Amino acid sequence: MKLDGGQALIRSLELEGVEVMFGLPGGAILPVYDPIIDSSIRHILVRHEQGAGHMAEGYAHATGRPGVAMVTSGPAATNIVTPLCDAYLDSVPMVVITGQVPTGAIGTDAFQECDTTGMTSGITKHNFLVTDAQDIPRTIKEAFHIATTGRPGPVLVDIPKDIVDPNNPNSAMEWFDNVEMDLPGYHPDTSVEPAAIQAAVALMQAAERPVLYVGGGILKARAAEALRELAELTGFHVVTTLMARGAFPDSHELCLGMPGMHGNFTAVTAMQESDLLIALGSRFDDRITGRLDGFAVDAKIIHVDIDPAELGKVRRPDVAIQGDCRVAIEAMVELLRVQGVGESDRQAWRSRISGWQERFPLTYDPSVPGEALKPQFVIEKLRDATPDDTIVASGVGQHQMWASQYWKFDHPYTWINSGGLGTMGFSIPAAIGAKVGCPDKTVWAIDGDGCFQMTAQELVTATVENIPIKVALLNNSYLGMVRQWQDMFYDERHSEVFLSKDVPDYKGWAEAMGCFALRVDDPDEVENAIAQANEVNDRPVVIDFRTEAREKVYPMVASGTTNSDLLVHPSQEDQPR
Amino acid sequence: MTEETERRNHTLVVTVENKAGVLARVASLFARRAFNIKSLAVAPIDDEDLSRITIVVDGASAPLEQVVNQLNKLINVVHIQDLQPGHAVERELMLVTVTVEPDHRDDIVEKLDRAGGKVMSVGIDAMMLSLVGTPDRIDVFEEFLRPYGILDLQRTGRVALANLDEPID
Ligand SMILES: Cc1ncc(C[n+]2csc(CCOP(=O)(O)OP(=O)(O)O)c2C)c(N)n1
Repeated sequence: MKLDGGQALIRSLELEGVEVMFGLPGGAILPVYDPIIDSSIRHILVRHEQGAGHMAEGYAHATGRPGVAMVTSGPAATNIVTPLCDAYLDSVPMVVITGQVPTGAIGTDAFQECDTTGMTSGITKHNFLVTDAQDIPRTIKEAFHIATTGRPGPVLVDIPKDIVDPNNPNSAMEWFDNVEMDLPGYHPDTSVEPAAIQAAVALMQAAERPVLYVGGGILKARAAEALRELAELTGFHVVTTLMARGAFPDSHELCLGMPGMHGNFTAVTAMQESDLLIALGSRFDDRITGRLDGFAVDAKIIHVDIDPAELGKVRRPDVAIQGDCRVAIEAMVELLRVQGVGESDRQAWRSRISGWQERFPLTYDPSVPGEALKPQFVIEKLRDATPDDTIVASGVGQHQMWASQYWKFDHPYTWINSGGLGTMGFSIPAAIGAKVGCPDKTVWAIDGDGCFQMTAQELVTATVENIPIKVALLNNSYLGMVRQWQDMFYDERHSEVFLSKDVPDYKGWAEAMGCFALRVDDPDEVENAIAQANEVNDRPVVIDFRTEAREKVYPMVASGTTNSDLLVHPSQEDQPR
Repeated sequence: MTEETERRNHTLVVTVENKAGVLARVASLFARRAFNIKSLAVAPIDDEDLSRITIVVDGASAPLEQVVNQLNKLINVVHIQDLQPGHAVERELMLVTVTVEPDHRDDIVEKLDRAGGKVMSVGIDAMMLSLVGTPDRIDVFEEFLRPYGILDLQRTGRVALANLDEPID
């Protein structure tokens, strides 16, 4: 069958099972936009290419299927660099297609030319510049395979205009149904070494103060069920990193919650005092470890990761297990069932943990009527008034940390977050992508006023495309997280962090974008506003919650200090540790 | 090169797909991760789909294991061989133009002969020499020539292959 390159590209996407793509056309990619009209794929027209990338990410986070974005060359490609880097650091499966100037013009500084593959080679799992129309189907197949197997990640495919333009002879190609991949250097290995499992189990049996340190990889491996089995079988406590919130139910008695710079006291301290850390799909990020030389100094380490480069990158494991997290956990469970979980006495450890939980719960000073709202209070009210499996996408800043602390996640894939790159402006487009992937679920974006102003225009997309997400804007009129650092480390000298609470008029802006919008000043109005928002399902919703600017995120491990130096809420400072 | 630095340096023989841009990916990976490259030599091999890159890495700039693991993550990298010092044949080529006064000519040519080098080109008061050898032999020869006045010098960087069962060299 004869096709042109553009038709072949769309057909290849259809064959990969793509249902939806996010994008914005332009000259170089125009020929590929034409066959979309005849395709089964839903295309969502964004207002800024960064939105397309984060939507694809949100879709992937929520569904586990790769997100797809398509944009044109040059400035469109540079606009999508942030989501690519974001997806790279958080191992999100994503395929991005960019238009490129015709092959003959490459390298001439032609209009809207940009070295897209050069620019993105360090922030993609892999990228391709396709120069021959005949290679399109194979490249697309390879792109999806690379994006979704092994350690997932973003793959970019750059397509010069001439090879997809039906008016150019370069775009003629012969379609075959069976294309073969040609990736001699790519062999992701998911199997695990039985000897390593045996060694890990021996350490687990001997441990007196074990902690399961669970990262985002557990979700990528679809291993939440297996993890629960392991935890319940062993009775070991579980910490879930920012990327792993929801992988283990917060309501479970073995759940300690989130560790790290703004982790809760018990999660941070249990890791710090442990004698065995079982790291499952987590990568010892500096936000978790604090100062490395003081991190969990007595702990032996078992490290399971699909990416061999993670093993020993930061901390040398006593047992390294390269392979799929789910496969590894299942193998551990099988062996532990046969051999038992060891005779070690872990009673003292359990009572220390419950002592910390009692003395150092997450806490904040309550909202006072007549004063600005406490952001934590707003999040608690939201949590209590929404369905159990609500998907929450957050921006980056204080509101993100409060959301990860005060929400209760009892289901995997309900927390969507920019952990590795910390991208302001992530939440609204990510929430849109999640809602497109899971239309039957309630999706809330929890955003800061700084973040909101970076990508709020995608609410226009949400309105026009009928994607009824809800946005809780925690408006403290500051770049709050930066202000917190200035408060704590720069003598309260607030340089360039004040945004203004009233400009823009968020309610008016949201309404102008077609949303249902409310503004809430009083603690007594919070529940009613959320209830009203929950009633609206035909439009996006924005609630402008006016929150207290002086509020700080506690606990906190300040940069350059160790996790033992955790700063707790002022009301807890006198508690014995 | 002192013995100390030689121990720090590690030779990796990296077989890659012979495609546009692959060398740039490898080189930029080193730059991005702040690994130091001491020497780099690239050429296609007999299988025309593949090329081979010989990289000498400064082992002090990064744990070798990280370098290898990160390289392995590049989709176009097909195979990596870590050649332990002493278990490989390593060679480099030097081309050098040196000032030659008539008095010194015999001395230089004699040393060159003994080292297995060749005179490639002769001018009025200069000669171009070529020498193939291990990097340290070439270092030594370079030092010997220096007092005569080196006008121009080019070294290829190291290429290497693992020893066969019975090393001769
Ligand atoms: C694109 C981008 N620019 C800058 C930063 C640095 N940064 C981290 S948090 C933050 C402030 C966020 O402010 P806001 O969205 O109002 O949230 P808040 O902290 O007040 O909850 C900034 C500027 C970032 N993470 N991302």
